Amino acid sequence: MGKKLLLDKIHIPGINTFEVYRKQGGYAAVEKALKSMTPDEVMEEVKKAGLRGRGGAGFPTGMKWSFLDRKSEKPRYLVCNADESEPGTFKDRYLMEHTPHTLIEGMIVSSFALGANTSYIYMRGEFRWIFPILEKAIDEAYAAGFLGKNILGTGYNLDIYVQPGGGAYICGEETALIESLEGKRGNPRLKPPFPAIHGLYGCPTVVNNVESIATVPVILNMGGEEYAKIGIGRSTGTKLISACGHINKPGVYEIELGLPVEEFLYSDEYCGGVWKGRKLKALVAGGSSVPILPANLITKTAAGEPRLMSYESLSDGGFATGTMLGSGGFIVMDETTCIVRNLWTFTRFYHHESCGQCSPCREGTGWMEKVLHRIEHGHGRMHDIDLLVDVAKKIEGNTICPLGDAAAWPVASAIRHFREDFEYHIKYPEKVKDPKHFEKEPLISQKTAEVV
Amino acid sequence: METEYKKIQFSESTLALVQRIIKRYPEGRHKSALLPILHLAQAEFGGWLSPQTMDYVASILNIKPIEVYEVASFYTMFNLEPVGKCVLEVCRTGPCWLRGADDIIQYLENKLGIKEGETTADGMFTLKVVECLASCGTAPMMQVGNNYIENLSCENMDGVLDKLRQTHQ
Ligand SMILES: Cc1cc2nc3c(=O)[nH]c(=O)nc-3n(C[C@H](O)[C@H](O)[C@H](O)COP(=O)(O)O)c2cc1C
Ligand code: SF4
Ligand code: FES
Repeated sequence: MGKKLLLDKIHIPGINTFEVYRKQGGYAAVEKALKSMTPDEVMEEVKKAGLRGRGGAGFPTGMKWSFLDRKSEKPRYLVCNADESEPGTFKDRYLMEHTPHTLIEGMIVSSFALGANTSYIYMRGEFRWIFPILEKAIDEAYAAGFLGKNILGTGYNLDIYVQPGGGAYICGEETALIESLEGKRGNPRLKPPFPAIHGLYGCPTVVNNVESIATVPVILNMGGEEYAKIGIGRSTGTKLISACGHINKPGVYEIELGLPVEEFLYSDEYCGGVWKGRKLKALVAGGSSVPILPANLITKTAAGEPRLMSYESLSDGGFATGTMLGSGGFIVMDETTCIVRNLWTFTRFYHHESCGQCSPCREGTGWMEKVLHRIEHGHGRMHDIDLLVDVAKKIEGNTICPLGDAAAWPVASAIRHFREDFEYHIKYPEKVKDPKHFEKEPLISQKTAEVV
Repeated sequence: METEYKKIQFSESTLALVQRIIKRYPEGRHKSALLPILHLAQAEFGGWLSPQTMDYVASILNIKPIEVYEVASFYTMFNLEPVGKCVLEVCRTGPCWLRGADDIIQYLENKLGIKEGETTADGMFTLKVVECLASCGTAPMMQVGNNYIENLSCENMDGVLDKLRQTHQ
């Protein structure tokens, strides 16, 4: 059994209530921080723990906190990013639904560390049934004296509010999220200035993912140094992975970073292997934005080392033969999957979700979608494949926010590793007009065959 | 000639809630309440935001109507045209597609005799196709109002529709 720090108590009946959560040791981190530590000491523990942002980018949380403008006279804000819209990702939702106090406790200690007296949880609007769950948890925390004025008699004040989004992936990007929270369209801002200096209402602001914030109490309880011993190398601690696609046991799993991908994918404790006894074809390891991997690069790196669930090992080989841990959205594809069709759905998604501010992203995603549509439906031409590579290259690095890159990488990597899937569509237009083409007649590539 | 509008207004309890929501933000930042209030308005005024509804929201927040239109049109959850009593929002993105979302959409189109984006003649169902709803592990799935209906299959779909028809009379 791997170590569990966030979901260890999730199966205890009533853990969603304050009473049970508290009996199980909940809110101890709030007492410890507010009564016996300074805000900077809390931040130091988070730094020592080596916690890296769980929203996708993996930026060290303690360092991000240290950038917050503490000299400013303005109020400071902590904003929790609960927008969770990256395809393949459904871990934050699981945590909030089942153990909401874990997040609230994290919000309190993190707000204390940052000197924020008002904090917001920005949650995607579609999670309608989770709003009452969080609001109830917040009400309970107020009633018990863990929120509001003069918390636990320490003189520290904090209010937390939950804010709904309106259905827009781009609002997961932190500056778009801030715009949205100000009641505007979710257009990302040009950086700098960064939110740490000029964020919500022009005030110093930290935006952190749900899982990052929920991990802070764990760190305070055990101490940053102890936390850093869990995991592997610079990938410290545990990570929530949401596994989906063609596996026997889709779901949310907490893993200790460093777990071999092979064990995660095939062991019954986790994904339980590829479904229907089929062969593995591809993996998108960290949400739709990260590069796709072919079967021969999933459980082993190009150098033949076992591939591990860690920031470093997943990106081993760079974009040529590696990928990224990203948000932890683990999407498995079996031998019957049409890589072109899967990619078309992703590109359609990015086109749909582009805010439209920069032309490379707005036009490029639409163009790629159109080309992929025609290839997938049997109307493609051989030079369309290089055209896609070219458009992706022109988007990458030329946009205001990383959505452009997120749209480009899946295209570039799919062609890099699965060019034969694309060529097949152009050579056999009649066959691919049946949307289930590869289900009936899988295209088994050398790469898939090697691993079986 | 002046058009006769039927005056719209939130219920007393919603108005009280609106006032509480506005207090969540610092003085002068009440525009932050726009999204929460648009959600309330859509729920209270027939499942969509008519220009009249949006003007009403603008008047509550004391902002210009255009500020409401530009926001409402940015976010996919806001319907700018009338919808049926029961809106089926089926996810079509990769992870759901891998588990058969296309079959579900096709089945619903055939069964209801409408295409995505349309409403059945009796005004009961609107079929929308949407992007990833963070439910990929229980795919295929759809959102109906406040709930997610997960692990859909063409076999269990008729039963799901019957139940929805009863609860959305
Ligand atoms: C297009 C786009 C969408 C994003 N969506 C999310 C999201 O849904 N949830 C999230 O936590 N971070 C998301 N991010 C990352 C955030 O911008 C930000 O890095 C993150 O919330 C920081 O929190 P962390 O450091 O705790 O990970 C997204 C980024 C981009 C560019
Ligand atoms: S990259 Fe795309 S989503 Fe990001 S700001 Fe530019 S147009 Fe908007
Ligand atoms: S792809 Fe459908 S819920 Fe994520």
